[in-house]
Amino acid sequence: FPVFCCCPGAGQDVGRSCILVSIAGKNVMLDCGMHMGYNDDRRFPDFSYITQNGRLTDFLDCVIISHFHLDHCGALPYFSEMVGYDGPIYMTHPTKAICPILLEDYRKITVDKKGETNFFTSQMIKDCMKKVVAVHLHQTVQVDEELEIKAYYAGHVLGAAMFQIKVGCESVVYTGDYNMTPDRHLGAAWIDKCRPDLLITESTYATTIRDSKRCRERDFLKKVHETVERGGKVLIPVFALGRAQELCILLETFWERMNLKAPIYFSTGLTEKANHYYKLFITWTNQKIRKTFVQRNMFEFKHIKAFDRAFADNPGPMVVFATPGMLHAGQSLQIFRKWAGNEKNMVIMPGYCVQGTVGHKILSGQRKLEMEGRQILEVKMQVEYMSFSAHADAKGIMQLIRQAEPRGVLLVHGEAKKMEFLKQKIEQEFHVSCYMPANGETTTVLTNPCIPVDISLGLLKRETAIGPLPDAKKPKLMHGTLLMKDNSFRLLCPEQALKELGLAEHQLRFTCRVHIQDPRKEHETVLRVYNHLKGVLKDYSVQHLPDGSITVESILIQATAHSEDQGTKVLLVSWTYQDEELGSYLTSLLKKGLPQSTP
Amino acid sequence: MAAHLKKRVYEEFTKVVQQQHEDLSTKKLRLTKPSKSAALHVDLCKATSPADALQYLLQFARKPVEVESVEGVVRILLEHYYKENDASVRLKIASLLGLLSKTAGFSPDCIMDDAINTLQNEKSHQVLAQLLDTLLVIGTKLPENPSVRMRLVEVACKHLTDSSHGVRNKCLQLIGCLGPVEKGVAKEAESQAAKDVQKIIGDHFNDQDPRVRTAAIKAMLQLHERGLKLQQAIYSQACKLLADDYEQVRSAAVQLIWVLSQLYPESIVPIPSSNEEIRLVDDAFGKICHMVSDGSWVVRVQAAKLLGSMQQVSSHFLEQTLDKKLMSDLRRKRTAHERAKELYSSGEFSSGRKWGDDAPKEEIDTGAVNLIESGACGAFVHGLEDEMYEVRIAAVEALCMLAQSSPSFAEKCLDFLVDMFNDEIEEVRLQSIHTMRKISNNITLREDQLDTVLAVLEDSSRDIREALHELLCCTNVSTKEGIHLALVELLKNLTKYPTDRESIWKCLKFLGSRHPTLVLPLVPELLSTHPFFDTPEPDMDDPAYIAVLVLIFNAAKSCPTMPALFSDHTFRHYAYLRDSLSHLVPPLRLPGRKLVSSAVSPSITPHEDPSQQFLHQSLERVYNFQHLDPQGIQELLEFTIRDLQRLGELQSELAGMADFTATYLQCQLLLIKALQEKLWNVAAPLYLKQNALASAAAKQILEETYKMEFMYSGVESRQVVIIHHMRLQAKALQLIVTARTTRGVEPLFGMCEKFLQEVDSFQRCFISELPHMQGSFVDKLLDLMPRLVTSKPSEVVKILQTTLRQSTFLHLPLPEQLHRATANIIEPTGESDNPLRFTSGLVVALDVDATLEHVQDPQGTVKVQVLYPDGQAQLIHPKPADFRNPGPGRHRLITQVYLSHTAWTEPCQIEVRLLLAYNSNRSKASTRIPKSTWSESLEALPPSENGIEGTIPFSKPVKVYIMPKPARR
Repeated sequence: FPVFCCCPGAGQDVGRSCILVSIAGKNVMLDCGMHMGYNDDRRFPDFSYITQNGRLTDFLDCVIISHFHLDHCGALPYFSEMVGYDGPIYMTHPTKAICPILLEDYRKITVDKKGETNFFTSQMIKDCMKKVVAVHLHQTVQVDEELEIKAYYAGHVLGAAMFQIKVGCESVVYTGDYNMTPDRHLGAAWIDKCRPDLLITESTYATTIRDSKRCRERDFLKKVHETVERGGKVLIPVFALGRAQELCILLETFWERMNLKAPIYFSTGLTEKANHYYKLFITWTNQKIRKTFVQRNMFEFKHIKAFDRAFADNPGPMVVFATPGMLHAGQSLQIFRKWAGNEKNMVIMPGYCVQGTVGHKILSGQRKLEMEGRQILEVKMQVEYMSFSAHADAKGIMQLIRQAEPRGVLLVHGEAKKMEFLKQKIEQEFHVSCYMPANGETTTVLTNPCIPVDISLGLLKRETAIGPLPDAKKPKLMHGTLLMKDNSFRLLCPEQALKELGLAEHQLRFTCRVHIQDPRKEHETVLRVYNHLKGVLKDYSVQHLPDGSITVESILIQATAHSEDQGTKVLLVSWTYQDEELGSYLTSLLKKGLPQSTP
Repeated sequence: MAAHLKKRVYEEFTKVVQQQHEDLSTKKLRLTKPSKSAALHVDLCKATSPADALQYLLQFARKPVEVESVEGVVRILLEHYYKENDASVRLKIASLLGLLSKTAGFSPDCIMDDAINTLQNEKSHQVLAQLLDTLLVIGTKLPENPSVRMRLVEVACKHLTDSSHGVRNKCLQLIGCLGPVEKGVAKEAESQAAKDVQKIIGDHFNDQDPRVRTAAIKAMLQLHERGLKLQQAIYSQACKLLADDYEQVRSAAVQLIWVLSQLYPESIVPIPSSNEEIRLVDDAFGKICHMVSDGSWVVRVQAAKLLGSMQQVSSHFLEQTLDKKLMSDLRRKRTAHERAKELYSSGEFSSGRKWGDDAPKEEIDTGAVNLIESGACGAFVHGLEDEMYEVRIAAVEALCMLAQSSPSFAEKCLDFLVDMFNDEIEEVRLQSIHTMRKISNNITLREDQLDTVLAVLEDSSRDIREALHELLCCTNVSTKEGIHLALVELLKNLTKYPTDRESIWKCLKFLGSRHPTLVLPLVPELLSTHPFFDTPEPDMDDPAYIAVLVLIFNAAKSCPTMPALFSDHTFRHYAYLRDSLSHLVPPLRLPGRKLVSSAVSPSITPHEDPSQQFLHQSLERVYNFQHLDPQGIQELLEFTIRDLQRLGELQSELAGMADFTATYLQCQLLLIKALQEKLWNVAAPLYLKQNALASAAAKQILEETYKMEFMYSGVESRQVVIIHHMRLQAKALQLIVTARTTRGVEPLFGMCEKFLQEVDSFQRCFISELPHMQGSFVDKLLDLMPRLVTSKPSEVVKILQTTLRQSTFLHLPLPEQLHRATANIIEPTGESDNPLRFTSGLVVALDVDATLEHVQDPQGTVKVQVLYPDGQAQLIHPKPADFRNPGPGRHRLITQVYLSHTAWTEPCQIEVRLLLAYNSNRSKASTRIPKSTWSESLEALPPSENGIEGTIPFSKPVKVYIMPKPARR
C-alpha cells in the first residue's frame, strides 16, 4: 500500500506551496500557494499536472489550506474558479476569516496597480470562499466514509494548523508552516503521538538553530525605549498580518509595564480589520492572552492608536508601525523619507527584505539613496535589523518529529542544500526514511497498513480461555479460518467456516517414523519413551495406553521393532493437522534420542 | 507557711471543681447520641428495592458513628452485603466499610477476616476495587501488625491478574502502601506471595493499561517513601517508560528516575549507542532534561522541577543545559549572550546593532552537529522559553537551586536569569528576581547585565521594583560605572515613583557599604564639588540628594579617605541625616567632629549600643521609684514615657521595645493617677461625676493591655503574665469604680463573680509564673482568695481597693526581640480632591494597598475598616490571597474594598483604616489549640466569658472623598 506524494510546488523551494497526496486511493491537495517572485504563469502551481483531461473535482477528494499566507493560499481562487474545482476546501476558522482579506489585497495590487488582466476577480474570491468548510482544532472531520482529517495547532500565524489526513489506518501529517517556540501572541505547535506513515514538514530553517527569543525581544525593546527617551521617532515597517501583531503586543505590554507615555501609531487599512479578527480568535493565541482576556483583550490596544498622515510631522517621540514591510512603497516609505534626515530617529526592520528594495539597501549599509526624480536622500537615522520569524528551526523540526513519531519524513518548503543536511540528521537520529522531492517529482512511500479483521466472539472466547491471560503487548497465536467474502475479512472457527461455505471437512494426518537405538524389548522402550515424555512435557497429558501405545494429548506414538535390526526400534508418531505444532516438537524431541538414563 | 498551705488547699479545691465539670459535660453528650446500628438494621430490612437500600445507606453515611458501635454496624452491613444482589448497593456497603474503619479509636482487625472473605465471591470489578480500597484503609490503620499486612498483600497479589484495570490499580496501590519494607521480614515470611514486592510491581510496568502502569510506578514510589531501597535494575525499566504514550505514566516515570538517581548516583550505566559508560546520576539527568521538551506540559513541569534537586550531577553535564549550539546555514553562530560578553571583554561597549552583526563565523562539521542529543543540551534554554508559564517558573526555580550549589553554574546561568526579567508574566519576572537575589553571593554582575537588570526598575508593578531593590542590596557590581549606572537608574525610579523612597534609600545604603572603593572615585561628581569653585548647596529635603548622601556616607564608613572630599555643607547634612535617618546613615569618624566623637567614644563600650543602654537605665530608674513620693513617681513616669517615645522614633530597631515599655509605663501611670483620685476618700454618691477619670483610665488600661498583647511580635509568656496582671488590675479598678458609683447590690454580685472567675483563670494559666510575682496584686489577692469567695460584694470591693493600693509595681522584663505591628496605607493616598463618584445603591471598588510589618498570621487578623460620615462602620475581611509576603516579617495587602451608600447631596470623606483583630481565647500564653477542636468546642460550650474579641486600629486612617449620586430615572 504505497502513499504517493508529489509536489507541483514547494518541493525544494520556498513559496508556491502545493502538495498532492494520494493515500489509499484518496487524493488530497495540501495548500494552494503562489510564488511572490514571479509575475507570469510560474506564480501559480502547474495544475495541469494533476490531471490532463477531466475535471479536478473528480480527481481530488479535498483541498486543505494550512494558513492564510499567500504562499499557501494565493492560488486558491484561480484554482477553484478559473481552473475549476467544486469539491470541499478545508481550513481553520481564523484562516477562513482572514484569507479573503489578503486575497483581495493581492488582487488589488496585481490588477489595479499593475494593470494585469486575466486575473481572478473579487467575485471569484467570494465564490471560492463559499466552498470552504471551516474546522476546529482537534476536530475530526469526515470528508467521506473513509477519509478523515484533523487539525492541530501550528503556532505560525493566527489560525495556522497542521493537518492529519487519515484513511483507514494509514495516515499522513502535513505541518504547513509551524513554530515550536512560543512568541508574544501565539503558542507553540503541538501534536500528539499519532505515528503517521508520513510526516510532511516544512524545512525553512533546516540548518539553523536559533538563539533564545528573549534576547531579541529585549534588544528590540531597549532600542525602541532608548530612542523614545532621547526624543526620537521610531519607524517599524511591517506587513499587515502576523509579525505586526506580535510586535504590537510586545510594545503594548512594555509601555504598560514601564508606564511610558510616547504615542504608538499603527497605519490604518488592512490592519484594523485584521486586529479585529485577532480580537475574535482569542482561543488561538497563547496562554497569557487567553488567560488575561477576561479582564482585558490584549488586542484592544490601549497605547496604540490609528495613524494619520499628519501625525508624521508632530514633534516629540513616537513609534509608528507602517506597511509595507520592505520599504518599497506606500506609507512606510513616505514616513521614512520624512524622518531619515534626523540622527535621533530610528528605523527597525523586523524581517527579511528582497533585493532592490529600499529596505535591503539601507540594511546593507547604504547611506545615500537615490529616490525617484534624481533626488538624493541622505540617511542619518539609525538602521536596525531584528529578525522575528516564526518558523521552526532545526531543533524544532526534530522535536516535532520526536513528538509525532512518524514512520517516514518528507521535507518540503525549503532549500535543497539545507534539506540535505536535515535529511541526513533525521535518518541518523530516528532511523526513519526521509525524502526530499523536487518540484514535480513523485515520491512513493511504502506502508505496512494493518488490516482489521472481524473475529467471531465464540472463537475469541474459546481461544483466550486457553493458555495464560491475554496481554495486549504480545502477539498471540490463534487457530481459526480467515474468510474473505464480500470485501470483508472475518476470522471464524473452522466448523462455522465450513458450514458457511458449505464444504465438507477433511482430516489431515501426519505420520512420522523415528528410529531409536534401543536393544531392549518393545514395551520397555515404550515405557522409557513414556517416562521421558512424561518428564519433559509436564504441562500436557501423557498417557500410556494398555495396547502399548502412548498418547500425548491427541498424538499417537507406537513402537515396533525394526524388521531387520532388532536393536533399532521404530517409533511411529502420528498427529492431526491441528496439532502440528506439538507434533513436530515431539518428533524433534524423539529424534534427539532418549536420555542415557540408568534402566 | 499558713499562707502557703491555704494556697495548696485552694489549688486542690479548684482542681476538683474542674473535673466535676468535665464529667458532667461528657455524660450529657453521651445521653444525646442515639444508637445507630439498630436503626440501620431496621432501615435495611425495610428496604424493598436496591434503590431504597442505597438511599438509606447514603443517609446513614452522612452521620458520624461513635467508636463503640462501629463493630456492630459493620456486622450488619456485612450481613446485608451477602444478601444483596445489586452491585451498586454492595459498592456502597464496601465504601462504608472503609469509611467506618477510619473512625478514630476503632481497631479494625476484628473485621479484617470478614472483609477478605467478601472478596472471594465477588464478581463485579467495581465492587472488588472498592473492597480492596477498604482493605487498604484497614491495613493502614494497623501499622504495627506485619502478619496482617502480609496477608493483605497476598490477597492483593492474587487479584493482580484481574482483567479490570481498576482492580489491578487498587491491588498495586495496596502493595505499595502495605508491602513489606525491610528485607528481613520478607525472607522470614515463608509464604510465596510475599517474595519480592518490587518484582511483582515491576512486572506491571508493562501492563496494557496506562492507568495500571501509572499505579505501578506510584506504588514503587510509595515503597520508596516508606523506606524500601529500590533495586537499581528498575532503572532501565523506568527509562523505557519515559517514552510511554500517556502523560501520567511519563510524569510518574520521571519521578521514579529521579528517585533512583538519588539512590545510586555513582553507579555506572552504559550508553546504549556506544560502549562508553557514565554515572547513573548523569544519565538520569540527561534523560530528565530530555523530558523538558516533552509534548505534555504536565511532564515538562515535573521534569523541570526535579532537575533542581539533582545536585550531584557533574558540572560538565550541568553546563550543557545552558548550551544550545547555535548555527545558521550550517555555520557556527554565537549567541547574543556570547556576543555581549565579548563586547564587554574587548572594552568596547554597545556599538549598536549592524545588519549582519550576528553573521555566522566558522563552518560546522555537519557530522558533529547533534540536533537532538541524548544529553542535557539546552534543557534550560527550552524550559525558560516554554509556552506555559508554569514550566518557566519551575525552570527558574530549578536554576536557582542548582546555582546555589554550584558557583560556576551560577555565573553561567546569570544571562538567562537576566533575560527572564522581561518575561511577559509578572509572576515569572518576580520569581526570577527572587532567584537572582538568592544566588547573588556567587555572582558579580557585568555592566551589560546590570543594564538589563536596571531597565526593569521602571516597571509599574511595585512588587517587581521592590524585589529588584532587594536584589540590588545584595549584588556585587564590578565597576564604578556600574555603580554610577545603578545610582542614576535608581534616581530615575525615584522621580517616577516617589513612594519607593524608603526602599531606594535602603538599597543605596547596602550598595554603598558593599562597594566603598568603587564609590570613592565617584564622590566629587556625585556631590558636584569643584576644586576651585564653591557650588551651591543642594536642597536638603530633596529625596534624590538624600539618596546620594546615603550611598556616600555608607561607603565612607569603611573608606576613611572619603570624608576629605566632602565640602562643608556635606558635614552639616551628615549631622542632620544621622539624627533624622539614623537607620540609614552609619556613624562616621569625621575629622570636623573629632571633639564630639572622641569625647563620647571612650565612655561607651564599643559593643553596646548607647541607646539600648539608655533604655535600660531609664527603666532601672523607674523600677526603683518605691521611695519617691506620689507626685515624684508620676513625674518620673511621665518623663520616662516621653523619653522612650522619642527614643522609639529615633532608633527604629529599638522602636518596638521602647513603645512596648512606654505603653506599660503609661498603664501604670494611669493606674496610679486613678488610685489617687479624691473620690476614694469621699462617700460614693457625692462623686458621681468625678469618677469619669477613673473609669476612663480603667478602660484605657484595658485597651492598652490588649494592644501590648496582640500588637507586638516576639512577646514571650513572661511578658504576657505581666500584661494580664495589669489587665486584672484594671478590671479590679473597674469593679471598684462601679461599686462606688452604682446604688444597689444586685449588679455587683455578677461583677464580683466574674472578677473572681477571672482571677481563677489567671491563676490556672500562669501557675508557673506565680513565684516571680511576689508582692504583686495577684499574689496578695490569691492569699485572700478564700476570704473573698465567701464574703459579700461590698467587702470584696473593700479588700480589692486596699490590695490595689498596696501592691507593688511589677518589673517588666524585656524580650530579645520585640517588634510592633505597623501598617501603612499606601493607597488610597488621601490627597485626592476628586471625589469618587458612583451611583447610589451600586457598588464601587476602592483599591487598597498597604504594607504590614511584624504582623503574625495577617490572613487571619488584619481587617479593613471603612467609616462613613454617618457613623456607620463596615468591617471587611480581605481574602487570604490578597496578602503577599515580600520578605521575612513583612506583608503586603493589596485588596479591593467595596463601598456603597445611599445618595448624598455633596461629596464627603470616608475613613479607611486597618484593624488588627484579636481574640483573647487565642492568646499566646495558652497553648494553641488546633483549629478544628477549637471550633468544635465552640459548638459544644457557650463562648466563655473571657473570650473577648476585639480589634485594634494599627494604621493611620486615610480619608477618601466619595460621592454617591442618586440614580437617574
